[in-house]
Amino acid sequence: MTFGTLIWANLRRRKLRTLLTMASFGSALFLYGILRALHGALYGGVELASASRLVVINRVSLTQPLPQAYGEKIRRVPGVVAVTSANWFGGVYQDERNFFPQFAIEAETYRDMYPEFVIPDEQWQAFLRDRQGCVIGEATARRFGFQVGDRVVLRGTIFPGTWEFNVRAIYRGTRDLDDTTQFWFHREYLEERAGGWVRGMVGWYVVRVADPDRALEVARAIDARFANSPWETKTEPEQAFTASFVKQMGNVQFLILTVGAVVFATLLLVTGNTMAMAVRERTGELGVLKTLGFTDTNLLLLVEAEILVQALIGGGLGVLAAGAVVPGLSRAIPGMIFHLSLPEVVSGVLLALGVGGVAGLLPALSAARLSVAAALRRV
Amino acid sequence: MGIPVLYTIRSAQVRWVPNLVAVVSIAGTVAVFVSMLALASGFRATLVASGSAQNALVRRAGSTAEVESVLTIEEVRTIQDAPGIARDDQGPQVSPEALVIVARPLRQTGTDANVQLRGVSPRVWAVRPNVRIVAGRAFTPGLPEVIVGKHAARAYQGTELGSTLRFGGTAWKVVGIFDAGGTAFDSEIWCDAVLLNQAFQRPAQIFQSVTVRLVSPDAFSSFKDALTADPRLRVQVDREIDYYRKNSQAVTRMIEILGTLVAFIMGIGAVFAGLNTMYSALSARVREVAVLRALGFGALSVLGAFLLEALLIAAIGGLAGLFLVLPLNGWTTSTINWQTFSHLSFAFRVTPRLAFEGFFFALGIGFLGGLPPAWRAARWPVARALREL
Repeated sequence: MTFGTLIWANLRRRKLRTLLTMASFGSALFLYGILRALHGALYGGVELASASRLVVINRVSLTQPLPQAYGEKIRRVPGVVAVTSANWFGGVYQDERNFFPQFAIEAETYRDMYPEFVIPDEQWQAFLRDRQGCVIGEATARRFGFQVGDRVVLRGTIFPGTWEFNVRAIYRGTRDLDDTTQFWFHREYLEERAGGWVRGMVGWYVVRVADPDRALEVARAIDARFANSPWETKTEPEQAFTASFVKQMGNVQFLILTVGAVVFATLLLVTGNTMAMAVRERTGELGVLKTLGFTDTNLLLLVEAEILVQALIGGGLGVLAAGAVVPGLSRAIPGMIFHLSLPEVVSGVLLALGVGGVAGLLPALSAARLSVAAALRRV
Repeated sequence: MGIPVLYTIRSAQVRWVPNLVAVVSIAGTVAVFVSMLALASGFRATLVASGSAQNALVRRAGSTAEVESVLTIEEVRTIQDAPGIARDDQGPQVSPEALVIVARPLRQTGTDANVQLRGVSPRVWAVRPNVRIVAGRAFTPGLPEVIVGKHAARAYQGTELGSTLRFGGTAWKVVGIFDAGGTAFDSEIWCDAVLLNQAFQRPAQIFQSVTVRLVSPDAFSSFKDALTADPRLRVQVDREIDYYRKNSQAVTRMIEILGTLVAFIMGIGAVFAGLNTMYSALSARVREVAVLRALGFGALSVLGAFLLEALLIAAIGGLAGLFLVLPLNGWTTSTINWQTFSHLSFAFRVTPRLAFEGFFFALGIGFLGGLPPAWRAARWPVARALREL
């Protein structure tokens, strides 16, 4: 009889208990997967941000515009390689709940600024040719069934009226958490139809610098260039800009960590207690094993192995189930991209094994320390 | 014949270690459930309380948020003449307001958050009687002075009485702190609407919204009809309370979906834990149950006693969970409201209704975790169990 068969026999002894213990690991790790994906949805953009891009906004806040004439001036700041700009449109597709971000972009320069977004060349050319054309991210295209050639109608909120667009291109992301919910169209179309203040004013600039290590220096130079003008700027690396959004949501990270800690502390108690009961039930039997020549270490490993197998199977299934459910969350909460990566799955399984190992420690030690005489007296 | 309740209590006491584990797992679940929903309910309550049923908010047709709207002075004048508006010796109670979102560093993190800078008209005090100055004084129309909401004063750097804030090209002096009764206005900074437009190089006679005080809540529909029928206007008229309720929906929905999902999964985990402890406890009590049956207690009594034990443990767990989150009640936190793109301070609200929901959630977990083992105990063949003695 090998060690393996012994573990197998122990697991099968009370099938219901084994199943329930695995289910405890499963539900905890399922939750771990959800929380991990939530964390990624909130903070993923910060990690993905490009180190060579800066965002220039009005010092007052993002909602205040900047003169279009600044574009050329920014381009001449030493260290700047490329500049593009965009305006927030804020249109509504059918219902306010169907939110996705829409930008009126400077078409000639926008695509080169974001190499992570992939657009088939012929689609991009078609977009450039059509003044009413638009480019849609694949997540939004999938959500509403938009296809190249479709006509999309948005109701303007900042710019009143009904706005019609032709879908000319669909862009893809190259990384899992790339934001493919955006909708881009020509700023010329916006200026032409909306008129008013938007003529000659842009929402923000995006700048590429030659050397990411000197990004902060360039940012300071840009802000200094426009200091004491009616439109002062605030220039930040893309990462800091993205992070400022997330930070405004409050300390969600703390919330996620607290919930996670509660879940795993409970899991530790529950499984540790179950394992302790299992060992207590088998006191006599463990005594027999010892008389047969099993060492203390053997018994310690036997108990530990039993809980680790349950942690591996239960936890593994749990985190995989989370991976299967997570895409559905992106649909339930539009505007957030939920994704579970392989390293996150693996670290989840390792976490389950860690909790199992710790939970099994006390029961395993009590099995190892068992005195044969005392154990057998109870047979 | 029923098994005495004392038996159930004693038996829960005897196996206190596994039961304590069950209590902890249920308490954690209930705590997470109630605190997340308290977060959502506090957020909603703050926004809903901001609006008054007797006030109407007028903004340009098509704009979802106030800040997206634009109204000219001619439109404001037309609105002022509509029927149903409350009047006093100073004229109609109407506040045309201009709104700019400005980024200010938070005290806690030092990072910027968006605060709504609201330019109000001198009639604002009549339109929003629930807002009062608690320190300093009101701003003087025509002077670059601001008053700061009590939550904003706590949240942002440099908002103390007497300090100076730089917005646009202007230095504004903080002359007062106001209390708006825990509503969204408490997260705002107020100043003179005309000066606000000047400071931000905007046309002088442009506003974002007009808030009017009606003679009574019933006057709303005639007021709304008059404005929507007027060919000179293209506006949207909402009861202020409805506007704010709508602004709370996106964030509330997100917290509720995530909070319920997390609590639901934790609940399932707690049911598994409960089943495991009860089944294990049961196997040690085969003889005890058989003796009870032999003494004449029916299968149903056994079922009832075991179920009661599970519910007792769950109730203790539920109460412990509520006890853990109760101190959160009234705790102020803040988040960005995407619908207005500005930061909002609000307090956790553990309402009695939420507490009940949390408690029944715990009982539900106890029931689901206790019923199958209780069922098994009740159906045990007495003779075979006794033979094991």
